[in-house]
Amino acid sequence: MRYIPNSQADRGQMLAEIGIDSIEQLFAGIPEKLRLRRLLNLPRALSEPELLEYFRQRASRNQVDTPSFIGAGIYRHYIPIIVDALISRSEFYTAYTPYQAEIAQGTLQAIFEFQTYIAQLTGMEVANASLYDGSTGLAEAFLMAQRVTRKNRFLMARTVHPEYRAVVNTYAKNLGIHIESIDYTPDGRIDLEKLESKLDSNVAAVVVQSPNFFGTIERIHDIAEIAHKHDALSITNICEAMSLGILKPPGEDAAENRTADIVVGEAQALGVPPSFGGPHVGFMATRERYVRQMPGRLVGMGKDFSGRRGFVLTLSTREQHIRREKATSNICTNQSLCALMVTVYLATVGPKGVREICEQNILKTDYAVAQIQKQTKHRVLFPAPRFNEFVVESPLPVGLSLGRWYPELKNARLLCVTEVISREQIDAMVRGLTA
Amino acid sequence: MSQHERAATHFSLNESLLFEEGSPGRRAFDLPKLDVPARSVTDIIDPKLLRNDVPGMPELSEVDVIRHFTRLSTWNYHIDLGLYPLGSCTMKYNPKINERMARLEGFSLAHPHERVESIQGALEVQKALEECLAEISGMDALTLQPAAGAHGELTGILMIRAYHESRGNPRKKILIPDSAHGTNPASAAIAGYVVESIPSNKRGTIDLEQLRKVVNEDVAAIMITNPNTLGVFESEIAEIAELLHSHGALVYMDGANLNAMMGITRPGDFGIDVLHINLHKTFTTPHGGGGPGAGPVAVKKILEPFLPYPVIEKTANGAYRFNDDRPQSIGKIKAYNGQFGMHVRALCYILANGAEGLKEVSEVAVLNANYIRAKLKDAYAIAYDSPSLHEVVFSDRVQARQDVHVWDVAKRLMDYGFHPPTVSFPLIVAGAIMIEPTETESKRELDAFIDAMLSIAKEAEQNPELVKSAPHTTRVGRIDEAAAARKPILRWRPS
Repeated sequence: MRYIPNSQADRGQMLAEIGIDSIEQLFAGIPEKLRLRRLLNLPRALSEPELLEYFRQRASRNQVDTPSFIGAGIYRHYIPIIVDALISRSEFYTAYTPYQAEIAQGTLQAIFEFQTYIAQLTGMEVANASLYDGSTGLAEAFLMAQRVTRKNRFLMARTVHPEYRAVVNTYAKNLGIHIESIDYTPDGRIDLEKLESKLDSNVAAVVVQSPNFFGTIERIHDIAEIAHKHDALSITNICEAMSLGILKPPGEDAAENRTADIVVGEAQALGVPPSFGGPHVGFMATRERYVRQMPGRLVGMGKDFSGRRGFVLTLSTREQHIRREKATSNICTNQSLCALMVTVYLATVGPKGVREICEQNILKTDYAVAQIQKQTKHRVLFPAPRFNEFVVESPLPVGLSLGRWYPELKNARLLCVTEVISREQIDAMVRGLTA
Repeated sequence: MSQHERAATHFSLNESLLFEEGSPGRRAFDLPKLDVPARSVTDIIDPKLLRNDVPGMPELSEVDVIRHFTRLSTWNYHIDLGLYPLGSCTMKYNPKINERMARLEGFSLAHPHERVESIQGALEVQKALEECLAEISGMDALTLQPAAGAHGELTGILMIRAYHESRGNPRKKILIPDSAHGTNPASAAIAGYVVESIPSNKRGTIDLEQLRKVVNEDVAAIMITNPNTLGVFESEIAEIAELLHSHGALVYMDGANLNAMMGITRPGDFGIDVLHINLHKTFTTPHGGGGPGAGPVAVKKILEPFLPYPVIEKTANGAYRFNDDRPQSIGKIKAYNGQFGMHVRALCYILANGAEGLKEVSEVAVLNANYIRAKLKDAYAIAYDSPSLHEVVFSDRVQARQDVHVWDVAKRLMDYGFHPPTVSFPLIVAGAIMIEPTETESKRELDAFIDAMLSIAKEAEQNPELVKSAPHTTRVGRIDEAAAARKPILRWRPS
């Protein structure tokens, strides 16, 4: 086998050093009745050229060339070439978790930079080293809010990504967490009156997403203020992290009671390819005073014993390898390499680039909406301001049908327009809707 | 061998944080010109909803970015550089073709919500991987949804819970040996179970007689790692499974150590009901400096109805589809269907090996571990005298007499050009040194490691201070972790 360096001669020498005649003897501890005495029934081994052919064939059976205008939590933005060039360095992608800080400073500093970028983008005080993805990150935010408040009742907008809500339910159901859904108004945002009417001092947290699943921008600072009035935490979920380049972030406001307590989300939009749903990269940011309740790895800046600056995994007493069943979370890994992609991406596009990308998303989406309204009979739902997604009432197969999650919207479809979609492609899509 | 024969010091460049390097007006990125009518964003969105800037975000040129991360990268140890003997982590070579295949645009640009006709290739890859993993593990069905090993554990335990609930009683307890990974009890707790720790016997394995006393109708399952974290096969595993089954309880296996048994023995054949598999260990998907991983879960037929939805099905006409209609499912455990990029890599590895190749992988992994054991057993105390499979656990008992402890040995290894083994785990061994070389190391590399370990053992006797103050050649020394945790600095701020 080409990935095994030791030749038969090497193996023979090693057996002699051990003092046995055959590798088989090393398996003597496995009872004979449990041994597999046949070959595994697997496809025959393929050479490298055959592997290339096998995967190229299958990749070609996915159609990715024509724009489908589907976003819904996974966004196609342009990824500069240098992102893949840098994360393809063996030094990054074949390294282990940086538990041995002295020989992992590259990974550690890069994660520290990721934490800083996430804190800057969200306007929050601190961020962790990343989580599996946005959906599990949101579930972790529920668990964290339960630990912080010691309360079990949650209010969550129905406009939170439906798959995220499903994941939260899976996590929550054995932990005494009770979740009530808050409906949306015809403008496509959470119903603030309904929210306020359901709030009381037993509520652990109010959970909203912005831009929400319909693409509209929620009044997250007003919502935080309402939540805090009733002693609940404010959790903001962000599936389209690019939007943080231009929208006022959940952690930024002159009044502290109008800022979020936990911001959680998915950073795939910032330099990570769609990849059929993963790997992506979840993030979580919070206030300094809650940091010891935050799940996941954290990198801290420190000094070695001769005073040189260095980075190290810190506050690990929260984590499972120390605390076992009393840990803040069962999470062991983060999504280090994807977090690195985000870090390289943000370093590359810079503050001006991210703003220009956001502006193009907003303008192109606005153009698409205007063209549909002008040239087709289809109604664009939810007039609240949008980032790069919108909902059209149309039976035609463009974008993503919402009926499976919102029965009342069974004729509605969710569309996404980012900077990689050209005006010609938008025009062609609109022509399709007039047909 | 002196340390200088293997490792020489070489300059590495110092590098500031990105945020200390920016300079206004630099850029590394240009966007195509806007091709729709230009307007002010504030005409579309209320300015109150917008931010002015992202304070602190640096402006850099393309060369700045390349130099920055290239310099950082040189500060890392990594598997392409040399042996990574981390026990229980299975740090093996990550074949380059895996990376290339996962980056094919047909895969990397695919969206899981596309029309099913447009994603047949991705579904076929996932189904093929499921079938291969089912055969390797001897199980009946799989989900590829979990993002990592611990996430797979949670998925598995939730399925066990759903199974018991469907029979009228979720039960209360999960039994876990004291040698287990910390994720095991943490996952059981999130699934709402009480954890009961099972002490290991003198061989480092589960004590069947002790176990008989604690198994009752309150026990939902036992979580076993096999071979366990000492690298020892639980020889009574079939009897353990039978005992649990006779009380209506199930057997969960942590598949972290599957690298020891491919084509040799199968969990499904020794009574396991649920198993998670770490694709980033046995199946060569890269560790990425701490993720992404992937933790598929394999189950026996009785648990199939409870798999997370969607499941992938092959229809009568040979096409693939997602099936969401799974009334007994535990629900979704992650948005979409798992870390697909990792699935491509793992399948690529399995197909590169075939049945004979995978068996050879396990054979050589076990040979390499036993070679290290044989060569080091006179210098370092073997923790348990049971036969080792793919990893071997020593203790620092001998070195501790000179007040040299595992962490010192670990740090000193860096001066010899090696990543340290796993230390202080499993918790049942005081001063544990857990070594897993994997099959992708040559005898030459193993010999260099053995020489380094023997040399350090000698240093511990003759010059313990040298070992205790290691590492001496890394770009930073030991970080004062206590100080870093007391007043944590978790982000850069402008000074």
